[in-house]
Amino acid sequence: MIAHSIFFYTFSLIAIISAIMVTVSKNTVHSVFFLILDFISISCLFIMIGAEFLGMIMLIVYVGAVAVLFLFVVMMLNVAQQKNQWFSSREISRHIPIGIIISMIIFFELIIVVGGWKYKPDLITAMSLTLNKDVSNTHSIGYVIYTDYIHIFQLSGMILLVAMIGAIVLTFIKNTEVKSQSYFNQISRERSDSVEMIEVEKNKGVKIDD
Amino acid sequence: MLDYINIIFLETYKILFLLIPVLVAVAMIVWLDRRVWAFVQKRRGPNVVGPFGLLQSLADALKYLFKEIIIPSTSNKVIFILAPIITMTLALISWAVIPISDTYVLADINVGILYLFAVSSLGVYGIIMGGWASNSKYPFLGAIRSAAQMVSYEVSIGVIIINVLLCVGSLNLSDIVIAQKKIWFVIPLFPMFVIFFISALAETNRPPFDLPEAEAELVAGYQTEYSGMMYAMFWLGEYANILLMCAMGSILFLGGWLSPINIYPFTIIPGAIWLIFKILFLFILFALVKAIVPRYRYDQLMRLGWKIFLPLSLTWVVFTSSYLIYFDKLPNI
Repeated sequence: MIAHSIFFYTFSLIAIISAIMVTVSKNTVHSVFFLILDFISISCLFIMIGAEFLGMIMLIVYVGAVAVLFLFVVMMLNVAQQKNQWFSSREISRHIPIGIIISMIIFFELIIVVGGWKYKPDLITAMSLTLNKDVSNTHSIGYVIYTDYIHIFQLSGMILLVAMIGAIVLTFIKNTEVKSQSYFNQISRERSDSVEMIEVEKNKGVKIDD
Repeated sequence: MLDYINIIFLETYKILFLLIPVLVAVAMIVWLDRRVWAFVQKRRGPNVVGPFGLLQSLADALKYLFKEIIIPSTSNKVIFILAPIITMTLALISWAVIPISDTYVLADINVGILYLFAVSSLGVYGIIMGGWASNSKYPFLGAIRSAAQMVSYEVSIGVIIINVLLCVGSLNLSDIVIAQKKIWFVIPLFPMFVIFFISALAETNRPPFDLPEAEAELVAGYQTEYSGMMYAMFWLGEYANILLMCAMGSILFLGGWLSPINIYPFTIIPGAIWLIFKILFLFILFALVKAIVPRYRYDQLMRLGWKIFLPLSLTWVVFTSSYLIYFDKLPNI
């Protein structure tokens, strides 16, 4: 039990410190790296409470894919410069009220979540699911997600699909001037329609026209 | 308290017992890679240091150790130093879940294959960090190419893993090996094995997909500013990753530590030897591909990943699952 609590406090300390560093650090790329550290330590916490499937999926999806895209955007757009200009400029930013509103909403949501903790014992007894201790949590997630919650699961999948298609439609610009290779045309080329023997007349040369 | 100290010592001993052979194997495999490469091109390859040139990697390592480490003055120093360390660490920690034989595995965790997948998807950070922290154009371009490449090929590897998992019904690596007792998955899932092999080439930045370090365009890609031991760590991490991909391929498709035929003369050879043979077989294939195939262009690489491999492996998931359901062969959980 001692070892367990030592690990728990280490990971949660790392998670909290890196979460603070995300907002505090001046270099934006450093912020993203701290965000990644935060994700990793939270997935470690998931694994410690026995939810190893969620922890691993968190690592694969958030750290392996989402944070890489974050890093891309931050590195390419030079957000660091913008942020520093923002901090050093004298005029009061217009974004601050919006930021305050959003952070207040999140804060109240957190309070509601923590308040709900009080009713946790009642919730566990009222739950329709029965937790089987013999089955690993990967199996129990699989049992539930494709049977009881299939509609919610499919619906969230559809929402993600629509969001993805929307993002592509919004950003896609068909550029006609770029030369691209048509693999089908290239492979289906035959000798007969690309090479031609021409008898060249003396002192006339060859005139090529398409 | 004494219990804890005992456990820590025991675990350290176990870890060293696994890691030192892996590191030696990485050094040997660099030599093997260069030899195979040379033989395909009718050269001799490294054959001077030691018998058959076996100690060449040792000599190289010594050379790297004594070289000066140069940190560019405009670089982001902490991240610059952290990058090779992360690459090396990630390449080594994934060996914890590889089942060497039916009894010997360091951590027999429930979600072994997800762990392997997660660690290999973290590998991209070593490269991005190295490329960005160098604060120079070639490394940055190389890092971005590499990250895009690894993220896109990971998707198809993930879908291929789903194919295997459908046939196994467990995420544990030992269970995956045991499920292949009747037939190795390379036979029913042969197209997936081919796609896995090619995706593994792309995931480890091996030729023909070595665009991140294409020397004609990008000098040495993300490694350009590195020197001495830090360069060697990138290099060792890369080869450890290749070895890991070979191990993953042999566990998922070639039956891990199982002997090819389950009869007398084959079964007395210990499982670890079989696993090593399978890893070596896959690695020699890797080395042959490096010598034979010319480098892909970048748009061809992306097209192969997203437009060919992803639809093909997704279709195969549908095919596998419908086959398993129709013939009622789904594994019992």
